Amino acid sequence: MSEAPVQVMDGCIGCGLCVDSCPFDAIEMVDEVAVITEACRACGECVDACPSGVIVMKEAAEAVLTDYKGVMVYAEHRNGRVHPVSYELLGKAQELAAQLMEPVYAVIVGSGVGAGAEELVSRGADKVFVYDDPALKDFRDDPYSDLLTQCCNEEKPSIFLVGATSIGRSMGPRVAAQLKTGLTADCTSLSIDDETGFLWQTRPAYGGNIMATIYTPMSRPQMATVRYKMFPEAKKVDNPKGVIINKTVNMNMVKDRVKVLGFEEAKEQVSITDADIIVSGGLGMGESTGFELMQKLATALGGAVGASRPTVDEGWIDYRHQVGLSGRTVRPQVYLACGISGAVQHQAGMKTSDVIIAVNKDPEAPIFRISNLGVVGDLYEVVPRLIEKIKEQ
Amino acid sequence: MSEGLKIIVPIKQVPETTEVEFDEETGTLKREGVAAIINPFDEFAIEEGLRLKEKHGGEVNVLTMGPPWAADALRDAIAMGADKGWLVTDRAFAGADTWATSLTLAKSIEKMDGYDLIICGLKTTDGDTGQTGPEMAEHLNIPHVCYVNEIIDVKDGKVVLKRNLDDGVETLEAPLPLLITVGKDINQPRLATLRGRIKAKKAEIKEITNSDLQLDPKEIGLEGSFTRVVKIFEPEQHEAGEVVEGTVEELVDAIYQKLQECKVI
Ligand SMILES: Cc1cc2nc3c(=O)[nH]c(=O)nc-3n(C[C@H](O)[C@H](O)[C@H](O)COP(=O)(O)OP(=O)(O)OC[C@H]3O[C@@H](n4cnc5c(N)ncnc54)[C@H](O)[C@@H]3O)c2cc1C
Ligand SMILES: Nc1ncnc2c1ncn2[C@@H]1O[C@H](COP(=O)(O)O)[C@@H](O)[C@H]1O
Repeated sequence: MSEAPVQVMDGCIGCGLCVDSCPFDAIEMVDEVAVITEACRACGECVDACPSGVIVMKEAAEAVLTDYKGVMVYAEHRNGRVHPVSYELLGKAQELAAQLMEPVYAVIVGSGVGAGAEELVSRGADKVFVYDDPALKDFRDDPYSDLLTQCCNEEKPSIFLVGATSIGRSMGPRVAAQLKTGLTADCTSLSIDDETGFLWQTRPAYGGNIMATIYTPMSRPQMATVRYKMFPEAKKVDNPKGVIINKTVNMNMVKDRVKVLGFEEAKEQVSITDADIIVSGGLGMGESTGFELMQKLATALGGAVGASRPTVDEGWIDYRHQVGLSGRTVRPQVYLACGISGAVQHQAGMKTSDVIIAVNKDPEAPIFRISNLGVVGDLYEVVPRLIEKIKEQ
Repeated sequence: MSEGLKIIVPIKQVPETTEVEFDEETGTLKREGVAAIINPFDEFAIEEGLRLKEKHGGEVNVLTMGPPWAADALRDAIAMGADKGWLVTDRAFAGADTWATSLTLAKSIEKMDGYDLIICGLKTTDGDTGQTGPEMAEHLNIPHVCYVNEIIDVKDGKVVLKRNLDDGVETLEAPLPLLITVGKDINQPRLATLRGRIKAKKAEIKEITNSDLQLDPKEIGLEGSFTRVVKIFEPEQHEAGEVVEGTVEELVDAIYQKLQECKVI
């Protein structure tokens, strides 16, 4: 890296606008990347000219950014347990922190969260910050986001990861807005850029047609919500050395405007986002009773039932089962698509499945282009026989 | 609530297809030349606003931040029954991430004629973050509730509603002013009527630019965005495997074998 007071970070697109903007001819293009030479007087013209925002004043950048250390994970505690996505984030945080040589933190909010905090320590968190109060029993966006904001302001982590659960996606933006920092939604992969040490946050965009890598150059913490089932969970460590730090909760100091009146647990046994095996039915089933067959196969395999959008629109099955761009994104070990053509909007919700098997009458069906195994046949012949065979064995 | 409810629905115009082009230089979207529609989720938000107005009286204002032609989305919403359209448009707002977008929208809302309820779509099909709503609520310093699937009652400055969480449905009571986001299970959006379309054609669209808002250029548009796109790439395609044809028994065997390979049976 150059000694110049102005720094070009990763992501320079070589447009040359900075070269034109520089009154001191202090910028050269080398291999299509801007390089600041010793002639630089730190006037800042190029910072303004850069369309990608990758040119920064060094002092400005360093003064703020280096105050922040540690990779913090929000451990979502609900109904007496820590959501498994939190352990996945903890595992990823350990990897990122090792590279940065920074500590790993977890923060947990709720009532009676002691066992959860201990579990986080046993899985290798260096510090677990605990906000425990009977008044925090039910999740509410207001007090939870206020406390997390407070925690980030006090502990100054460089990275703050939140699970992209319904709770995380509702509360995360509030925290980011309070902290005046960026938030990347629904990330599927995270890494540290070797040169800058910045967090690279990759997420699908446009219904999965495109992947975008995003970073947060100027503000801290670097925040992301991260999809469930993307990383392995942090394992128990041999000699846990982490500590639990109880934080004071003063409910008079946090907002609390929305009241929880009741909660009705979802009836479905296996939700499709958690299922390891999904059997999905499409319009090719011809009628609503097709889902009875799908359910039988799913039950035989211990999986859940998914659906394409038109079957939901037809009223054959509840929206909660819809897979795709306007439904849910799933990533099971096996996705079995029956009578589904494989439109790009459907693919958007399932193509990261480990193994895709498709049954379709039409040998030209697009679903076959992304299937590990494509079976050309009538689902009403194949599926009943498959169920029999599974039961026989 | 004798004057009824003042409702604002922020909507976004999105490309009709999901196959869009990116500007490689800025990492932002090229919106020119792509057929544009109202973000599908926002139609549910408009519909819910209209239903509340029908029940409680009041008015529904639609608001969008975008290029000048995003006015079309506002007119489509007016054709459905919305009262007024507000277009937040300025070159200085371009390229904004959710932080800058939500700030600009929040400041614009403060310039409008007041509000009791802001209804956002669950997420957009292009930005696809679902963050703009809650961030806007924070900027306005009002509470928010995401994933609302039913509004049970609005009375005495309070709303009782239900919302979907991953593990079930929660019933909440929230004070007005409030921001909510809604998904597709809340209602069935109506179609525009011919009369509505005629009205929409003539409707005045109010414009808000940064000379009205006077926001610091460092807080808006690409410059005001904390997140930056480093690169955009094609996702790894799920590799295509074999496609088998044959007798039912052969087909079933093929699936059975694959399931065994995957160790799920
Ligand atoms: C903005 C937008 C969002 C969308 N979001 C989603 C989404 O979230 N999820 C989604 O799924 N779609 C979504 N869609 C719709 C999508 O474009 C397709 O229309 C839809 O996925 C098609 O569903 P399908 O495969 O069930 O039906 P079809 O495309 O009609 O396919 C039926 C298939 O069944 C086969 N078939 C027929 N009979 C049999 C039989 N007896 N045995 C075996 N095979 C048989 C046929 O060969 C055909 O391939 C969206 C569209 C838009 C515009
Ligand atoms: N540019 C915009 N103008 C008005 N409303 C918007 C805009 N962007 C997002 N919204 C609102 O915020 C919701 C969520 O958008 P997003 O965060 O992009 O997924 C949308 O459904 C809209 O209600």
